[in-house]
Amino acid sequence: MTERINSAWSPSPRELERRGQRRALNRRQVIIAAASTSLVLGTLILILVNSPGWSVVKATFFDVKYGQEVFPTVIRGMWVNIQLSFIGGICIAVIALGLALLRTTKSPTLTPFRFLATAYVDIFRGAPLLLIILLVGFGVPALRLQGVTSNVMFLGTVAVVLTYSAYVAEVIRSGILSIHPSQRAAARSLGLTSGQTMRYVVLPQAIRRVIPPLLNDFVSLLKDTGLVSILGVTDAVRAAQINASRTFNYTPYVVAAILFLLVTIPMTRYTDRVIRRRTDRQSAEGVI
Amino acid sequence: MGNVLELRNIRKSFNTELVLSDLSLVVQEHTATVLIGASGSGKSTLLRCINLLESIDDGQILLDGQEISDPKINVDEIRRKLGMVFQSFNLFPHKTVLENITLAPVKVQGTSLEEARSIGIALLTRFGLLDKSDQYPDRLSGGQQQRVAIIRSLAVNPRLLLLDEVTSALDPVLVNEVLSIVRDLKQDGMTMVLATHEMGFATQVADQVCFLEGGNILERGSAIEVLENPKNPATVEFLKRVHQAGRL
Repeated sequence: MTERINSAWSPSPRELERRGQRRALNRRQVIIAAASTSLVLGTLILILVNSPGWSVVKATFFDVKYGQEVFPTVIRGMWVNIQLSFIGGICIAVIALGLALLRTTKSPTLTPFRFLATAYVDIFRGAPLLLIILLVGFGVPALRLQGVTSNVMFLGTVAVVLTYSAYVAEVIRSGILSIHPSQRAAARSLGLTSGQTMRYVVLPQAIRRVIPPLLNDFVSLLKDTGLVSILGVTDAVRAAQINASRTFNYTPYVVAAILFLLVTIPMTRYTDRVIRRRTDRQSAEGVI
Repeated sequence: MGNVLELRNIRKSFNTELVLSDLSLVVQEHTATVLIGASGSGKSTLLRCINLLESIDDGQILLDGQEISDPKINVDEIRRKLGMVFQSFNLFPHKTVLENITLAPVKVQGTSLEEARSIGIALLTRFGLLDKSDQYPDRLSGGQQQRVAIIRSLAVNPRLLLLDEVTSALDPVLVNEVLSIVRDLKQDGMTMVLATHEMGFATQVADQVCFLEGGNILERGSAIEVLENPKNPATVEFLKRVHQAGRL
């Protein structure tokens, strides 16, 4: 930390010997890892390529030329998924935070809202997303309310937001409850009100703690936005399906899968890195 | 010298367990009151009741003559006047040392961030922790964390400082750096109530020593009276055990 490194120090012969041994050990481990990886992957590929139906599978699932042809339509569908996820994600974050706060409040004025929030979470967490999409997507336009849109993309997003807010609210609430009461006691003893304690002490720690599970939910959200296709929205999955059913070539599905992975994998890695950097900075535990 | 704190016939129970019964205590300005007693004798509970972190079952708590055990009282306002330091430090891990210290002055007292920072820097300098101001608590040793926790409670200028076994989680070497801060505060005339197992330290700072057992103060008096010439058999027994454990 604050100690200065002595510049006059040079490693002892024993230390140099140890470093040489460590290097040799590392080299051996790299060789072993490479050998075992190529053995396992090679075997899997051999099994795949030598299977009796491989030529048919290759032609119907991995047709590069057809893949390129459908790529523009699938990626246009993917754009719908991404838009839905990000716009929905923001709405979900806001609503879920409100629900979580309402469920953890002890304020007597908010008692009725606490009950409502609990009921909301029970209902939307318990009912299948597909049902909610159908109910909202077909039910709301049937009411013929003035000024309420019947845009299926909008209604689909609303349905997804309704359901996911309930999930995310529970994740945030568990984060809030996981903060040790002594933190609250310390904040209150300094004179902070219960609201200030929540805002400056509990919530920042709680949110940090639930980022990994929230990321998990965000990846699910991205995938579940595909369900709005039952209302007639053309997302990546639907676009792939249309193309596949036209030609009986399933390459579009593979293209869609790759596109989803191209979004989700970097996102996961990035979040992992952000979390690790923050942990390194704040804790003395080091990397274990 | 007025009475800063007055406890009248305090009673407190958790479910069926009676923790404090009919306990009375007066704390005068600029004095240090040391609570001793075995674990579970009610020392921590008493401090938490004074700070209104626990509600009492009966009795009265008066701070500067005002009854703060009144249910209509604004607890946040009262807690602003009371500093509390915990056995387990309870620093905010997501805030740096300086942010830990400035949070309450800025948010509670409405001090400007600049002023709060300069107060914090001055306190850190005084207690030799200036080089830690931008560190996160987890990077500090236990003794440093507890010193920061004390500074944090001082930053709001409390009328009364409550210290709950502030050295119990520290190894013997670190205990001293924390106790020396408390000694400094005593010199400054800070009014304090502290629970401790450090009898030697109690002898040095205490104007009044109270021996708690079974939720009541069995013996009270000056450090010499209680710690060196105890009259109550229970006090004698307790001090003998402390002595055997090598903590006197």
